[in-house]
Amino acid sequence: MKVTEQSVVYVADLANLELTDEERGRMVRDLNSILDYIDRLNELDTSNVAPMAQTSDRYGVDESKQGTERFAYASRDDIREGLRKSLPHEEALANAPESDGTFFKVPKVIER
Amino acid sequence: MDLDSLTIDSTRTAVAERKTTATALAEAFYDKIQKDDPQIGAYLILSKNRAMETAGRIDRLAAEGNDLPPLGGVPVAIKDVMVTRGVRSTAGSKILGNYIPPYDCTAVARMEAAGAIVLGKLNCDEFAMGSSNENSAFHPVRNPRDTSRVPGGSSGGSAAAVAAGMAVVALGSDTGGSIRQPASFCGVVGLMPTYGRVSRYGLIAFASSLDHIGPLARTVKDAAIVLRTIAGRDPMDSTSADVPVPNYVAELEKPIRGLKIGVAKEYFGEGLDSEVRNAVETAIEKLRSLGCEIVPVSLPHTEYAIPTYYIVATAEASSNLARFDGVRYGYRARNARALSDMYRRSRDEGFGAEVKRRIMLGTYALSAGYYDAYYLKAQKVRTLLTRDFDEAFKKVDAIVTPTSPTAAFKLGEKVNDPLAMYLADIYTVTADLAGIPGISIPCGETHEKLPIGLQILGRHFDEATILRVAHAYEQATAS
Repeated sequence: MKVTEQSVVYVADLANLELTDEERGRMVRDLNSILDYIDRLNELDTSNVAPMAQTSDRYGVDESKQGTERFAYASRDDIREGLRKSLPHEEALANAPESDGTFFKVPKVIER
Repeated sequence: MDLDSLTIDSTRTAVAERKTTATALAEAFYDKIQKDDPQIGAYLILSKNRAMETAGRIDRLAAEGNDLPPLGGVPVAIKDVMVTRGVRSTAGSKILGNYIPPYDCTAVARMEAAGAIVLGKLNCDEFAMGSSNENSAFHPVRNPRDTSRVPGGSSGGSAAAVAAGMAVVALGSDTGGSIRQPASFCGVVGLMPTYGRVSRYGLIAFASSLDHIGPLARTVKDAAIVLRTIAGRDPMDSTSADVPVPNYVAELEKPIRGLKIGVAKEYFGEGLDSEVRNAVETAIEKLRSLGCEIVPVSLPHTEYAIPTYYIVATAEASSNLARFDGVRYGYRARNARALSDMYRRSRDEGFGAEVKRRIMLGTYALSAGYYDAYYLKAQKVRTLLTRDFDEAFKKVDAIVTPTSPTAAFKLGEKVNDPLAMYLADIYTVTADLAGIPGISIPCGETHEKLPIGLQILGRHFDEATILRVAHAYEQATAS
């Protein structure tokens, strides 16, 4: 078994989740079952295969250029007017669970 | 007027010729939704004010004798993973249960600019994570063909609404099969365009390198009209491609005689239901009789697609869903002691079981010590899967497969076995990983009268060919 209750607690911490005892138990079971299945990827020799993060890298990329110039297809000029200006203050705050009209309010940051 | 058999053109013509009005038609659809949807559960939110405003605009155009835009007066509905300005947008999740977006998804804005009447927002698996629609935080969707069965997922509300005549067409999203698999289960057409063909701006992100928006419709032609409407470069999405958008409708009528259609044995292996196999093999013979050349191809890495997908998709999801923290929008847990406690409890209480499972799997795959073994490994296998298609498309113009190994399963049948649920996407995830387009069209029924789907996959940015093959098959088999 790869994933122990201890590693579930550690990963939940990384993911900003708490999880109940029952959820942790299920998570140990489910993650092990899924990872066992995923392990079949190790049947493949990928030592000379480049990783692929985006299919959009397959078109538009200018291989004759260097650095970010290669991705010129994806760039555009800054939009100052029209399409998408910053949201007005009140609209930006409209969905806030808690605000004081100027800022988002959150519980205290420093625990003691 | 029979709402179940309306198409985009028949609706638009009826409104343009003043046989009905967009307003009366929208009212008729809302009546039907009120009457029929309690048994199905396709809709989460109705956007009546917005719909009536657009309908009024279209009716004025028609009254003045103007030409109507391509979707003028056509009642449509939107999977609730696309944000709509002023209309609640939940992603099927409690964590966004009260979220009212300040902006519109590009695809929705383009539909509306083309005259579509947006009736409302459609149910789906939470954050589009699921294959049965049972992961909606609100209620499941039932298959209109048999309400004891699932409609598929995650765009189950979109497929069910179109199948039940509660919208003429719908928008869905596809990350691992979420347009095509529900289309197959509900007996409608579902098109996933090439990655980058349709802007993702305003699509609530699940896995950014895999997410696609596309149409669900009752005819291939309707899917083509919607794609033409929503496709094309959008400055708000840097991954949207600057590739010319053809006139898909005009392309439909080109002959398919002489096209080379690939059939890959890897899509007909263990786990494929025999009735589905028979229906798909019969469909392949039909394509042969229409003049296509059937060519065996090999996609040798297919069996590794599901494991690859569940690493890549969950890793991206764990990152995308980090934004839900109870600060700027969305659900916040009450009475938290401190900020970190508030984050954790808001996410614990706001996300459902499957979403948490995927966040955990993705976080695990990206964590120190496991990144190379899982995430990097999966990215490399993704290259191999994509090369399989590159090789195959040197020999053929399209590839046909079953959309799903089985017809619609029963509600509750797979909810306790995540891996069994994941395998429902075994024939669809490959196209998402490779970024190629795919369409599912109806190709018969099981002995229990459940729809079966035929999937047609194409080259990057060659939706025109798969639409053309799908249209020819549809016309040749029309009853």
